[in-house]
Amino acid sequence: MSTPSNSKLMLTGAGYNPVIGPGSTADSTNSLPKQTASQRSVSQLSSPSSLLRLASTSSERKLNSFGAHASIYDRNLHRGMHEISLSSMSFLFMEVIRMSLNGSESLLQMERKLNNLGYRVGLRLLELVSLRENFNNNLASSGKSNTAQRHVRVLEILQFVKESIWPCMFGKEADNLEKSVQNENQYMIIDSDPILSRYICVPKEYEGLDCESFVAGIVEGLLDISYFRCEVTAHSAPLEGYPNRTVYLVDFDSSIISREERLSKK
Amino acid sequence: MSKQLKQLGDDIWKNQVEKINSELFTLTYGSVVAQLCKDLDNNYDQVNNELYKMGYNIGVRLIDEFLQKTQLSRCTNMHETAEVVSKIGFKIFLNITPTVSHWTADNKSFGLILVENPLADFVELPNTEARKKLWYSNVLCGVLKGCLEMVQLDCDVSFLQDSLKGDENTEIRVKLNKILKDEIPAGEE
Repeated sequence: MSTPSNSKLMLTGAGYNPVIGPGSTADSTNSLPKQTASQRSVSQLSSPSSLLRLASTSSERKLNSFGAHASIYDRNLHRGMHEISLSSMSFLFMEVIRMSLNGSESLLQMERKLNNLGYRVGLRLLELVSLRENFNNNLASSGKSNTAQRHVRVLEILQFVKESIWPCMFGKEADNLEKSVQNENQYMIIDSDPILSRYICVPKEYEGLDCESFVAGIVEGLLDISYFRCEVTAHSAPLEGYPNRTVYLVDFDSSIISREERLSKK
Repeated sequence: MSKQLKQLGDDIWKNQVEKINSELFTLTYGSVVAQLCKDLDNNYDQVNNELYKMGYNIGVRLIDEFLQKTQLSRCTNMHETAEVVSKIGFKIFLNITPTVSHWTADNKSFGLILVENPLADFVELPNTEARKKLWYSNVLCGVLKGCLEMVQLDCDVSFLQDSLKGDENTEIRVKLNKILKDEIPAGEE
């Protein structure tokens, strides 16, 4: 926990890199040199027009039925919610855990792997949820077309995680948000009944393993990418009636706390 | 027959299934595939295999829940099996109903056409070898293989085409090899 998490490497790994855009999932040897500097600077802006241009550059290979270029960017984010069975998710998560267990020498390493997998989910989830949320805000405030919001305060972003990210993932808000008494850079997100752990029973020889590290990774990913550098770890904290109750401990980098102090003074 | 099965699938989905937004599922699966590509050095044949194995592991367990929820008895022929897989199996786990089509003359092999694929939402394959070789949703084939094997149907299951690769449809082929004999597990009388 003391060294910077190796999950940061994900940003430059094989996954999708939001700074580069759709080309980032290609083999790095092929895709990176092809991108010109101007394209890259475009993709760093997130104004609608740049998104459009991004979409058009990424989809030169397939035509849709209207003869226009079709890509995932052409699809509406506001479709009806598709639901699936919780079992399917649990089965997939079971395989995620098996995959992380393979070749891991210690439980810590395994939790790190779970965290990494979640990290990448977090990067994408933030984009999805905030695009949607800002779109809804714009609809609600008729006339004012530009009320897109970005969270810059620690409490704001944690509220956002609790009230927007959690419902998108689990269909409910997180149960509680607490600030640590001892350390001013630590906050806790608490879920009394984490859905992913519902069908998991950790055997004795793996005591201490917390599969919720995956969710901790998601939170870490989305906080990191919103410029709240932090480490997030999951800790089981059972209460009577809630055997799976989990605390996600968010440990912010000291730079975030000093920024927070600076912002408070204004 | 087909209508009854559809009704049954819908009923189970409505009343017996705990539901969750598919997006976490989609993103998690994406993260898994990306990690596998990285771990296996972009050897897509191996990635396909690994996904298939994951699916198989899921399939042999998933069939228990399927049988418990549906209380169905044995299918009498492959046509019935195909309908059950599409209208009940896919419905109660992924909330989609693939179209059954392209039967071969010997009635042993059919195609499942996935109009929607929750696994592949938000997915675009990079224009590299991945587009040619990777069967992104191969886990589904493994699941079908595992499930069918558990009900004594030895089948080959594989993707024929995938719209992620620019194909017209997403189609899974299921081909029956033979019906396995009901054997008593070793050590039990």
